[in-house]
Amino acid sequence: MTARQCISGDVRIDMAREKWPWIFSPPAGQRARVYGAWLALAGATVFGLWHTGFFDLTRLVNGFSKLGWLLEFMFPPAAHGWFLDFCQGIFQTLGMAFLGTLFAALIALPLGFLGARNVVSSFIIHFSLRRSFDCLRGIDTLIWALVFVHVVGLGPFAGILAIIVSDMGSFAKLFSEAIENIDRKQVDGVRAAGASEIEVIRFGILPQVIPIILSQALYYFESNTRSATILGIVGAGGIGLMLSDRIRVNNWDEACLIIIMILITVSVIDYLSRMIRQSIIQTEEYRP
Amino acid sequence: MISRAWPSAHPNSALLDREHVNSMSIAATHDPVAVYEQARRELRRARRAKEVLFLLLFAAVFAFSLIVGEVNLSTLAQGLPDLFGYISDTLPDISRDHIIAGVREWFWAFPKWLELLFDTIVIAFLGTLLGTVGALTFCFAGSRNLATNRWTYFIARRLMEVARSVPELVYALIFVYAFGLGAVPGVLAIMVHSTGALGKLFSEVNEDVHLGAVEGVRGAGGNWFQIIRLAVLPQVLPNYLSYILLRFEINVRSAAVIGFVGAGGIGQELMFVIREFVYTDISAIVLMIIATVSVIDVTCEKLRHRFIEGHHGA
Repeated sequence: MTARQCISGDVRIDMAREKWPWIFSPPAGQRARVYGAWLALAGATVFGLWHTGFFDLTRLVNGFSKLGWLLEFMFPPAAHGWFLDFCQGIFQTLGMAFLGTLFAALIALPLGFLGARNVVSSFIIHFSLRRSFDCLRGIDTLIWALVFVHVVGLGPFAGILAIIVSDMGSFAKLFSEAIENIDRKQVDGVRAAGASEIEVIRFGILPQVIPIILSQALYYFESNTRSATILGIVGAGGIGLMLSDRIRVNNWDEACLIIIMILITVSVIDYLSRMIRQSIIQTEEYRP
Repeated sequence: MISRAWPSAHPNSALLDREHVNSMSIAATHDPVAVYEQARRELRRARRAKEVLFLLLFAAVFAFSLIVGEVNLSTLAQGLPDLFGYISDTLPDISRDHIIAGVREWFWAFPKWLELLFDTIVIAFLGTLLGTVGALTFCFAGSRNLATNRWTYFIARRLMEVARSVPELVYALIFVYAFGLGAVPGVLAIMVHSTGALGKLFSEVNEDVHLGAVEGVRGAGGNWFQIIRLAVLPQVLPNYLSYILLRFEINVRSAAVIGFVGAGGIGQELMFVIREFVYTDISAIVLMIIATVSVIDVTCEKLRHRFIEGHHGA
């Protein structure tokens, strides 16, 4: 290394290094800890690779050669006359994400007020609601989808319900946090003017949290379009069902087209939702 | 509503009714209520067309979604009691006299599930680690201030974009086909997705580094690798570690469900018991997943705070 050679060329520095070597390297304890950490990481990695079966080289080689063969079959992507069905699947996925997010937000709004400490002061209600939100959030959308497929049958409806239930918990948590962080002055002002409890919520709290709620809902819509694309893999409708079918029967060129369509849809939705989010935040700021 | 409650600030304002005030020019009255009301009315009028358009659009999207989503209220009315029945079926029937025996029976396959959960964590760990390696390969070429030429920048960016835009589960489906059932396709799927997700975050961090250190190493004659190693890495490492830990949390969740398509871990078992209607096992496994995920979340959060605070303290 050029930089280091420059330094070691200086005689005074060499002398200093000989006299006080510990200044030029970290103390032994710290060095031992760093080496230990690296060693532990390496050990864990080797163990993990062995445990998951990465040392089975013939399987790996076979797998990668099969993967190369798959990629060859994927290009050029083709529809084989299914293009309109794929479009319908994409729209179904978007519809699932839209309805799921909308209803989850609508159900979570009152729950958010109940879970906010400055609206409902009872510790027991606050605590138990928060924990049940956590439980709903802790279960992945895909697990809910699998459950709902068994309850209401195959199709997009199961996917919508899965999105509603799993996002309800996240929304309720976010909303109650937003409500707890509002400015108290507006609430006090409305209350001082003689408003009832409902009017305090309507004129004191809601105007402050609506922009946050809207932008959160849009953000979740965005992420739900991503997760809705895979809900079909367990049978909950949308484009995912078509994709997993194509993969199961080895129609790789169609699968590739579907993946490309998903990529385009997701980026379009990202762009639109970012634009709408920005416009919401701006108009809300200038509201008199 | 406000104008009704407003006391008569202006001697005439009590006598004038609202219609009258509004018909007069604002400058003539100086009544703050009238000024406010006028401004408010104008604003509302200006916004009305936009609001109506937005409502119509919203209604159209809503109706369209109801149709393509095959939403059926009768199915829901039928399904809702079924759902509560399903959930209560998954809860075990534990009598008060035999709580310990009941719980033991509920978690009858505890060691096996624990082992599967361990597999899940190993999958998430390896996926995160290999994904980090992948992200480190692309992130320097993909950050605007460190890229040496336009083409490598463009290619690195696009590769990371594709890697993170395709869901893990889709990669898992493809890899399961290529490598067969098991943990290997799961690790690879999480790795590819994490490469894209971490690569984007890493290159964003890289674009925020102070250029002083970079200029310093370049001035001392350091080449591109030395600039990265000696000027960039020391600045960005704490942020990298924090993102890696966050990604690990997310990957544990994904690894728990990636087994649904046969890519190893606890998901495969969960899929099996849901398919076979082994009700109490479903709740037992789901509870174990929730417990594992929360323990890992809390641990990682503590570690993250330590890394970031340690950096600021130094």
